[in-house]
Amino acid sequence: MNFKLTLGIAAFSAALALSACDSKTETTASEITSAAPVTEEKLASDQTYIYRQLDEITSFDPQLIEDVDGSIVGRDLFEGLVNQDENGSIVPGVAESWEISENNTKFVFKLRDSAKWSNGNPVTAHDFVYAWQRLADPEFASPYSWFMEIMYVENAGEIIAGEKAPETLGAVAVDDLTLEVKLSQSLPYFVKMLSHTSTFPVPKDVVETLGKDWTKPGSLVGNGAYVLEEHVVNERSVRVRNENYWDNENTVIDKVIALVINDENQAYNRFKAGEVHKTDIPAGQFKRVMQENPDETFSMPQLCSYYYLFNTTRAPFDNPDVRKALAYSIDRAVIADQILAAGQTGAYFFTPPKTDGFVAPEVDWSKKSQAELDAEARELLAKAGYGVDNPLKLSILYNTSEDHKKIAIAISQMWKTKLGVETTLENQEWKTYLDTRRLPDYDVARAGWCGDYNEASTFLTLLMSDNDLNDSKWKSTKYDELLTSATVMSDPNVNYTLAEQMLADAMPIAPIYHYAEDIAISKNLKGWPFNNIEQNMYSKDMYLVE
Amino acid sequence: MLNFIFRRLLIAVPTLIFLVVFSFLIMHSAPGGPFDSEKPIPPAVKANIEKKYGLDQPLYKQMLNYIGGIVTEFDFGPSFRYKDRTVNELIADGFPVTLTYGFIAFVFAVSIGVSIGVYAALHQNSWLDYSTLSFAIVGQILPNFVMAPLLVLIFTNTLGWLPGGGWEGGKIQFIILPAVALGTSYLASIARITRSSMLEVLHSNFIRTAKAKGLPYKTIIFKHALKPAMLPVISYLGPAFVGMITGSVIIDTFFSTGGIGLHFVNSALNRDYSVLMGVTILLGTLTILFSTLVDILYAWIDPKIRY
Repeated sequence: MNFKLTLGIAAFSAALALSACDSKTETTASEITSAAPVTEEKLASDQTYIYRQLDEITSFDPQLIEDVDGSIVGRDLFEGLVNQDENGSIVPGVAESWEISENNTKFVFKLRDSAKWSNGNPVTAHDFVYAWQRLADPEFASPYSWFMEIMYVENAGEIIAGEKAPETLGAVAVDDLTLEVKLSQSLPYFVKMLSHTSTFPVPKDVVETLGKDWTKPGSLVGNGAYVLEEHVVNERSVRVRNENYWDNENTVIDKVIALVINDENQAYNRFKAGEVHKTDIPAGQFKRVMQENPDETFSMPQLCSYYYLFNTTRAPFDNPDVRKALAYSIDRAVIADQILAAGQTGAYFFTPPKTDGFVAPEVDWSKKSQAELDAEARELLAKAGYGVDNPLKLSILYNTSEDHKKIAIAISQMWKTKLGVETTLENQEWKTYLDTRRLPDYDVARAGWCGDYNEASTFLTLLMSDNDLNDSKWKSTKYDELLTSATVMSDPNVNYTLAEQMLADAMPIAPIYHYAEDIAISKNLKGWPFNNIEQNMYSKDMYLVE
Repeated sequence: MLNFIFRRLLIAVPTLIFLVVFSFLIMHSAPGGPFDSEKPIPPAVKANIEKKYGLDQPLYKQMLNYIGGIVTEFDFGPSFRYKDRTVNELIADGFPVTLTYGFIAFVFAVSIGVSIGVYAALHQNSWLDYSTLSFAIVGQILPNFVMAPLLVLIFTNTLGWLPGGGWEGGKIQFIILPAVALGTSYLASIARITRSSMLEVLHSNFIRTAKAKGLPYKTIIFKHALKPAMLPVISYLGPAFVGMITGSVIIDTFFSTGGIGLHFVNSALNRDYSVLMGVTILLGTLTILFSTLVDILYAWIDPKIRY
């Protein structure tokens, strides 16, 4: 059954002739994704890709998917207007091309006429309109309906609030293959947001005929490279090639199996036993695993930041000097390189440096040595009236987890030895912790944030005064203005840099580190999007070698 | 006897009702809700979702609706987390899995546990007795979250005989490790209880009389000693059986079996109210049912208990 494919150096990424797979003959093809030259790679006869999934996904319905694992499945079963390539850049999906006009408020998408649903029907602009209206419809009550609002699609906010009918949404099918979208305000990164699963089309007739059951295996009709074959809750989901997918002939992987394995050590054992091709490296074991198996162990930066929130409604954390003193005296190198030791990097600003287009700002404190920062921290805290005679007392709130605990202990020690701060640690179960944070009923709280899309605003808008997610309750009209005006700028980075500088001055949050994702990938699996910071994997872009 | 059974069943009903009401209230008093997450959804969106699931209604109404749904249509509601699924579907998918490996674990634990317990008692203080006893103690103190990875290390990673997890519709090679991991500590307890109870019986007067009468050894053991020796074992088996067939979060976590045990913990953490209630009611009903059964069995073996 083996057939040889001599894989050459990448010449172009999209169209290539792996269609020869069917004919079982020797063929020369361009390497799909990896930029490194690869010679004489033999495609595996069994193209079944198996990966570990931490938890059961919440839904197969694109407008209901909320979790990262669910989005992975969603991107295989459905296809939006655009996809991401291995670098995370936008490439055409169902949309062949698009025109942007009226200062980033009007977008016209031309759909490819070869795009089909898995039941053979053509994918039309009407399907997108239906899906987008569905996402905003209060009766459907999607937990991601707010995504339509932050995309600024005309009337989205009013529809969600129940003030306007879903049909008034600013997305219109001009004809079967033309989708016109109007935004209520300029949004330069609008197209980027369209690789999000909640914007994917759904087949109206199937959804309305089958109701809630339309996502069951056998019933689900999608327009992605794969169709759902089997689903056993908390055990597995299986997807197989969609013969009607427009780019099916360039797809190599025949079958994708997601195995739900809760325990990360167990998952790694099964990876070692060859039962899965991809899994996560168990926490705290990265160094050892890297030594044991360097060829299959990877650490990649993630679009996520770990930070401590200061409750700015509570004295003395309403004083920027106190906040700065606490933030300065955290030795980020100790936390990133010694405690976590798995590719994380110390953070001096909120937005991860690898975010697309983001230019890391020149914040003063990031350039100083830890000794200088410590000295400055002592001065600042003394200025605020705290010292050896009058020690600052605070509690750190975190959700129950070994890693959060280790970090909290380390930071409380740093504060104790450097500033004489007396810290108590308080851990709470996840949902209780969220509740406490939101109230806000804490002094200092651990927090983490992962970007919804690859653009700095997904981080920075979090600290805007009217943002419900702003748990530090810090308010600055100047900061709000910077971010509001950024949406109409041709280069919003100027404002993002200013915003980060404002954060460094006011320090409503203390950035601690930027996340890294540590994964084990079988040496037989090729095409993993290592350079896509969102790690958005498309099974259709990968392949297995012998 | 019938009167006794009737009385026991009558007590079971209010117990179950109390369980439902109590769990419902406790569950709702925990902070946070099913739709809270690190990225909280805007209030307007949250209001829409809560309306859809009826969470905007007062608590007593929610409870009445919930109980009403169960009584009239046997409908345990939709899962708040797994939005494509209803609780009935989740339980219908997961319970057979748990039942399968739980039942096999039970048979494994009882058959081997009782056998080695009896064997050890009959050869008291021999090396066989000591070795079975030490095995039993090790089996009992090794929790299944140690047992499970240990089994995988030996049978999957080292020997490569059995898969390290999964279910695949219940193929035998996928059942062995979960059943053994689940059954071992029960097996050890059963062996120890059987041994000590058997020893006690063997030293009692009526066995001495039987021996004096010159009854054959086999008759003494199987006809006269075994039945009374089983009493403490049976009282242990009731809850043990329920424990095994309602699944174990450890087994489901380690072996990805897709059983119901995982729902029990996850639904509590996710505040997936309807799933949590569903599995609580299932577990509660089974526990009550089997303790009633054990009582009846007990009464049948030992008439003293009936009165």
